Amino acid sequence: MSIYRTHILVPVDEGTVQAGVFEVKRKLEQAILQKGLEKEVKVVESGTVGIQDKGVILVVYPERIYYTNVRPGDVTLIVDEHLLKGHIPPGIKHRTLDIQAGMKSLHNTGLTRQQKRVVLDKSWKIAPDNIREVLAAGGYSALEKIFGEKITPEAIIDTVKKSGLRGRGGAGFPTGIKWEATRNAVGDQKYIICNADEGEPGTFKDRLILEGDPHKLIEAMVIAGYAIGATKGFVYIRGEYGLSIERMQKAMDQAREFSLLGANILETGFSFDLEIKKGAGAYICGDETALIESLEGKRGNPRVKPPYPVTNGLWQKPTAVNNVETLANIPQIITQGSEWFHTMGTEMCPGTKVFTILGHIESPGLIEVEMGTPLREIIFSYGGGISGGKKFKAALLGGASGVFLSEKLLDVHMDLESLKENKAVLGSGAVLVMNEEASIPDMLFSILKFYAHESCGQCAPCRVGTHQLLQLAWNVREGKGQVEDIDTMMSLAELMWRSSLCPLGQSVITPVKSAIENFRDEFVLAVSHNQVS
Amino acid sequence: METQQIHIPDNAEYRELKSFIEENRQTPGPLIQVLHRAQKIFGYLPQEVQHFVALEMRLPHAEVYGVVTFYNFFRTEPIGDHIVNICLGTACHVKGASEILKAMEKELGIRVGGTTKDRFLTLSTARCFGACGLAPVMMVDEEVYGRLNPQKSIQILKDLRNKQTVN
Repeated sequence: MSIYRTHILVPVDEGTVQAGVFEVKRKLEQAILQKGLEKEVKVVESGTVGIQDKGVILVVYPERIYYTNVRPGDVTLIVDEHLLKGHIPPGIKHRTLDIQAGMKSLHNTGLTRQQKRVVLDKSWKIAPDNIREVLAAGGYSALEKIFGEKITPEAIIDTVKKSGLRGRGGAGFPTGIKWEATRNAVGDQKYIICNADEGEPGTFKDRLILEGDPHKLIEAMVIAGYAIGATKGFVYIRGEYGLSIERMQKAMDQAREFSLLGANILETGFSFDLEIKKGAGAYICGDETALIESLEGKRGNPRVKPPYPVTNGLWQKPTAVNNVETLANIPQIITQGSEWFHTMGTEMCPGTKVFTILGHIESPGLIEVEMGTPLREIIFSYGGGISGGKKFKAALLGGASGVFLSEKLLDVHMDLESLKENKAVLGSGAVLVMNEEASIPDMLFSILKFYAHESCGQCAPCRVGTHQLLQLAWNVREGKGQVEDIDTMMSLAELMWRSSLCPLGQSVITPVKSAIENFRDEFVLAVSHNQVS
Repeated sequence: METQQIHIPDNAEYRELKSFIEENRQTPGPLIQVLHRAQKIFGYLPQEVQHFVALEMRLPHAEVYGVVTFYNFFRTEPIGDHIVNICLGTACHVKGASEILKAMEKELGIRVGGTTKDRFLTLSTARCFGACGLAPVMMVDEEVYGRLNPQKSIQILKDLRNKQTVN
């Protein structure tokens, strides 16, 4: 293996693809060849850097210089001046990357607090499709530790339990307890499923983990399989996530080649294999029992619980279903221990959380920070504040099943307990920011339209309720309703919460109630204003 | 009611689908993966194809139909040469996705779910693509276009049509 003096990382994600990253990469490789630098400079396709609006980005190591908004025309200049002569070309936007501060300098916000990257520690620093780089960067060291030190499955579960890791998909159920229940359940075959059917609008954290560091997920699933006694796992990925599926498939092939996946892993006698299942587009399949039905090749109708998947899951066998982000925490909990995990986040909710910041915001994108980080900091420091000099009006946390927060709650801490105290939810980690011009009744209408479309129709409260709510919300928005309609919406949502079969119907109350309670004046105005005119 | 005979032609497409079903016969629960493949081969899933899948997999036709109509990804109508999916997720909504949809409907003279008369293009909507940083976005076939406004989205359509005429 030859040694290169310089590495250029080319982050590839939806944002950079749209900005023409492949054209830039092609030009870059051409220019490097032309100058005869191909033995000195290596171009590496990496995962995302987590920002989506800075065009094509190039990061040059070891100088840690990065260029933003790179156009194909800039490439020759960068190669001639920077790579050949060693100085930064004038007139091209660049910054020096502060490794310690992680992404903060890329966000260019003058922020004092650092991002804490656990889940995304390797993403965008390595080539996700090259297992040798992954191994060099410490990938699969947790697996090595387990087999090298002969750690028992019980001890792994104990470590995960002590770490206090809770599910990052929205519900926040303790991962260790789920694993223990699956291990203790009776069954000749057990399964582990990774829920990568990321469907919550405004959420794309799992996609970036899958694209940026798929090997981490494989390692975590092998560990999970070993801990719960499963020999087979499934990764259920959204059909729309083409690049994720491709990267994951490639990573799995490589892991098999290196005996990190498949039969007799690292010659320990333990066998575990993975399979990708492509989803077909149904929001409901984010629910674990609906996902299991879908994996069995059926309509994704949620099951009645109990029994829970830990005893009666896929093909009625004991099954643990974990979210992508949850699993991505596992390798480091194993290598660094449960106490280390408690040094981050809050007491009840340790660790980090990946947030996606979007809407009327200066720097939309993705960040990973400690649990309990105040919302104000996420929006104004990491997100750079409201775009276009406008004022903050509301934030919708956690996607369509999320909660509308007004300015009064800007200082809330983003962890499960603090949010619950304020009648809010963490959900998937999406933070949708709305400025003073946004209409809350209109936003709620859009969310209810989504619900009406995605209700699976299995149980009446949800099937009928979502459509009734949509009609009421339309009336209110169009000024064709009465003030009583606002209260009817509340009571209907509550009825659905009480009587629906699954989390979809039960969660409608969250956006409805928070929108109406926190922005009631706006709803009343929408009704009365139109009645006058 | 009279039972309708569905005639399955013997051609390369059906043979390809049949061999895929054979390959996956041993794997449990392959129906969704089979339908993914079928749609890739035929472009959509007409009654005839659904019936074939049901016969080959020894499932009731109703079960196949139930799965096809449950998931957004599966289509029972043929689509145009290109498909435009406009994202109506929350982030795109606050950034004016509905304006883009309106402009596109007007420009193309079709409603959501419709296909232009010349079969050039199908207009569709989607929930989140996970490209929210670029909101509002749309997908033209496999490609994502972001930071749209009505003018820009119509220009993308025009470019697509020009490209097709050149080719």
